[in-house]
Amino acid sequence: MIDRSIIGKEYPPFTAEVEKRWVRSFAEAIGETSPIYFDESVARAAGYRSLPAPPTFPFAMIMDGNQSFMILDELGIDKRRAMHGEQSFVYHADLCAGDVVTGRQRVVDVYDKKNGALEFLVTETRLDNQRGEHVCDLRTTVVVRN
Amino acid sequence: MIPFKQIKVGDAIPSMTKPAISHLQLALYAGAGADHNPIHVDEEAAKAGGLPGIIAHGMLPLGFLGQLLTQWVPQRQVRSLSARFVAMAFPGDVITCSGKIVGKREEAGAQLVDLEITAQNQKGENLQLGKATVALISE
Repeated sequence: MIDRSIIGKEYPPFTAEVEKRWVRSFAEAIGETSPIYFDESVARAAGYRSLPAPPTFPFAMIMDGNQSFMILDELGIDKRRAMHGEQSFVYHADLCAGDVVTGRQRVVDVYDKKNGALEFLVTETRLDNQRGEHVCDLRTTVVVRN
Repeated sequence: MIPFKQIKVGDAIPSMTKPAISHLQLALYAGAGADHNPIHVDEEAAKAGGLPGIIAHGMLPLGFLGQLLTQWVPQRQVRSLSARFVAMAFPGDVITCSGKIVGKREEAGAQLVDLEITAQNQKGENLQLGKATVALISE
């Protein structure tokens, strides 16, 4: 069972740069074809500083920062028994190639169902950019099958 | 441009069907999504984890739901996106995303619509049940 004392724990900030190549490869991976995610001139014409990151890109930044697996490792949970159960994004500002983002993650809940056969780990992460703008809030639920 | 006043609760937005999920796509997503969990690329690891086989990243159908929204309105108008991953997607699955308006409201001068969004597989099974809020223009 996951130790409930982890609820409320805050992790040190992590930083990641939204590289142009990363935005393009992410857009390609989800089968995106709109030129706004690949061609900077199209993105600029639409009013963006550079290529916009697709709506679910912020979660890739969390994974790139090892934020999700770090907690599983800390708790001694086998990744193969962990699955993503729920995800939300609230957007506050554009996220574009060239941005350098700082994320701060904390654990907000741990609970179980089916007498502990399923455990749920809920975290929230706030992302801010290099100009101090609040970019996005993420809430992640990971399900562990015991 | 989609005017706020023309939108009615109950309206559907244009649905979207994606090409079948391939192993290549899962490999690309493992890289670009920085999710190297072996259950998405390695059959033996998935089975060792108690799964029937390789499963797609939950973030892949959610990425499709994001596209459902950005094909309807410019991305900057998307205020929030969320989903519960109620069933797994597997390689070969053909995912259809759909959405309908469930609410209209004005908040801090912005005209907002709330949507329920769904990702289903080719059997019509719900894989993801989600919500989104989108800002529309007033005229």
